[in-house]
Amino acid sequence: MSRIRDNYEGSRWRKFRRWLDGEVDLLALGVEVSEPKEGPQPGPATQALPVPGPAKPLSAAARRHRYQKDNRGIRPFRKAYQLMSVALCLGIISVLLWTVSYLPAFGNAGNPDNNEVSARYIERGLQETGAVNIVTGMILDYRAFDTFGESCVLFIASCCVLVLLRIDATDGDKRSRKRLEEANDRLFEPKDDIILQKCACVMVPLILMFGIYIVLNGHLSPGGGFSGGAVLGSGLIFYLNAFGFEKTGRFFTERIYRRVTLCALTFYCLAKSYSFYTGANHLHSGIPLGVPGAILSSGLILPLNICVGLVVACTMYAFYTLFRKGGM
Amino acid sequence: MSFVQNFPFFSIIIAMFSGIVSSVLDKKKARDLSLAAIVVTTAMSVAVLRFCLMTGQSYTYMMGHFPAPWGNEIRAGVLEGLTAVLFGLVMLLAVVGGMSHTARDVEETKQNLFYIMIDLMLSSLLALIYTNDLFTAYVFVEINTIAGCGLIMIRQVGRSLSAAIRYMIMSQLGSGLFLIGLSLLYDVTGHLLMSPAKDAVAQIEAAGIYEVPMLVIVAVISVGLAIKSGLYPFHYWIPDTYGYATPTASAILSGLVSKGYIFLLIKIFYRVLGRENVVASHIVNVLFVFGLAGMMMGSVHAILEKDTRRMIAFSSVAQIGYIYMGIGLGTQAGMVAALFHIFTHSATKALLFISAVGLYEVSGDKKDFRSLRGAGYRNPLAGIGFSVGSLSMVGFPMLAGFISKLLFATSALQSPSKILPTVIALAVSTTLNAVYFLRLVITLYSIPGKDQAVGWKTKSSREVLWPGWVGRKLAILCFIILNLALGLFSQPIVEAIGSGLAMFE
Repeated sequence: MSRIRDNYEGSRWRKFRRWLDGEVDLLALGVEVSEPKEGPQPGPATQALPVPGPAKPLSAAARRHRYQKDNRGIRPFRKAYQLMSVALCLGIISVLLWTVSYLPAFGNAGNPDNNEVSARYIERGLQETGAVNIVTGMILDYRAFDTFGESCVLFIASCCVLVLLRIDATDGDKRSRKRLEEANDRLFEPKDDIILQKCACVMVPLILMFGIYIVLNGHLSPGGGFSGGAVLGSGLIFYLNAFGFEKTGRFFTERIYRRVTLCALTFYCLAKSYSFYTGANHLHSGIPLGVPGAILSSGLILPLNICVGLVVACTMYAFYTLFRKGGM
Repeated sequence: MSFVQNFPFFSIIIAMFSGIVSSVLDKKKARDLSLAAIVVTTAMSVAVLRFCLMTGQSYTYMMGHFPAPWGNEIRAGVLEGLTAVLFGLVMLLAVVGGMSHTARDVEETKQNLFYIMIDLMLSSLLALIYTNDLFTAYVFVEINTIAGCGLIMIRQVGRSLSAAIRYMIMSQLGSGLFLIGLSLLYDVTGHLLMSPAKDAVAQIEAAGIYEVPMLVIVAVISVGLAIKSGLYPFHYWIPDTYGYATPTASAILSGLVSKGYIFLLIKIFYRVLGRENVVASHIVNVLFVFGLAGMMMGSVHAILEKDTRRMIAFSSVAQIGYIYMGIGLGTQAGMVAALFHIFTHSATKALLFISAVGLYEVSGDKKDFRSLRGAGYRNPLAGIGFSVGSLSMVGFPMLAGFISKLLFATSALQSPSKILPTVIALAVSTTLNAVYFLRLVITLYSIPGKDQAVGWKTKSSREVLWPGWVGRKLAILCFIILNLALGLFSQPIVEAIGSGLAMFE
């Protein structure tokens, strides 16, 4: 299955080849890297390939000017730069390895990190947080502020991907329509691949159930929101690959994505604010810890795990669809 | 516990929450929400500052039900309050001043994402200021980096994408080094919160063990944060980043983001590693030398540059050099000077970026600074703003830059071995600053040539093309006042910085 391209020079494969051959510096928006050898004569430069990328094509003279301005003096030093960067990396590696040899031996009982902090986490973690899984108790109760920061990292990362990859057809100019067309590979997806679909029928429910299990049992057994969310997200991606965007679009659109993320993060934010506020002001939070080991136990940890799981699953799925076709 | 003490926590959460909510709002509402969040958090910071000045001491605030070595913690004192107030003001003015350009540079449907970045940037800056926990600092450094990247690349024209990639690579390198430093520090101290970590460091220093790891920790943390703030040999990402982003993003990135990292570095020096240990490790001398080099080379690059915004960006390299020179002096007075220069530079650089926009758009949006000839007559307020900013950077009396240069010079007198290089570098760098800034100012007020002023016809057409320039006028005016205030009423600010630093110990 091949697409017919009328302009081979502008095609992605050609661009990739040129990038592979080192003719193009992607950072400089496709400005030629190899310097025209004839100096200021316009001869070879006029035959140069058209500038790829969204920038409008510059005239050869302007391009050469820009090249010379940007890459002043790079060519004679390129070898030296390569050598220097290798030497620098080796230097840093050796310094760090040298430092490691002075650090306390791994797993030694007398190490500085085996102090009252980890002792309390291990000895009193269960009764203070109600979570059998101490790690979950640590990240969602003792140090919940950091974890809130981490879920915001995911949130802002997905926002950045949206900025970069989402194609909004509303401003229906020619460029964005073209981008949409090129990015939209739904035409080429393996429709009705019977093997994939049958496998998906068996696997996807299992994967999703496993993901839900990991999320819900985050406070009881290894797992939690981050890992369970990743499993859920990969299940969704699998389903999407087998059945296509039309089917997933029925239950997962950008609206749903936004709402789910908003609700999960809002709940996380409000719940944790309440707990921080009561904690700092020495008030009783009034959230029961329950019986350790039961599903409904350990206070806020279970709902927080569900929130984190939803955010992670949505973020993974959103990344996939955005990279695939620039939308959901 | 008084209610005001909750405000640092409230301001971080409010900024974050407004970012989360903005994801479902349209552009207007997202913008208003973000402005409201900045105003509210700044007001809260003012209250915190007042509270700390009145009580005369700092306090820690437990984030959750678990006390210091087990749970997270934030901390507020005079210096934190002051920095938060100033950062909030600069951010507000930068957003208001660049609003019209944001609406033009950013795709219509993605403008709410821009304001999400602004909100999360604000919350991460506040968290970097208030944090009392090393790992919280790292998490918010991450948010800060990603938000910065987003702010650069959201203007998807020209070279902003490549600038964003450069910024990302350099910034990640810095974050990585910082994280390695934190891990090593945790390995030898066993603590992530600053106060217990400081006690552990003091014990280690007293016992004389782990000498090599401690040296490497100081070096790796300093270098990591220096890369992220753009100290001279790592400045390569600065001109592209500041030169090609939308004006609000340029102002915020140059004025606030790099300063947030420097503030964090100073906080770690004082609150974790101990200033005496850092001075004894001679890492400050390295920072001092690179600071001096940055002061010279940044100005030289700026003189060679033709594009006004890149010129201002290279001037940032020089100013970051000043700050690191102050830190490198290793004395209390040097730190005070460095902190004062952080404030000076955020107020001034944001003013320069915002007013440069006003000058560009009356000169046909060309890059070459010569196209700005006569622009000071075509847009008088922007011209005045740019001149004030330039003069402040050069160190004209009455303005903020003068005070910080004075502080640098007097603090140099206290460290005998560094007097001569500091004073010479200050003199040379000031002259170099004057060369390119005054060249710009003179260009602004010289008679334009025949072929100039093509893109500018009448006042009415300008208003049609550039709505929202009332906001920018207001922002420029406030920035000028801020500069004058920093210059004329510097004494209380310097005293507050001094007492804030004393609370760090």
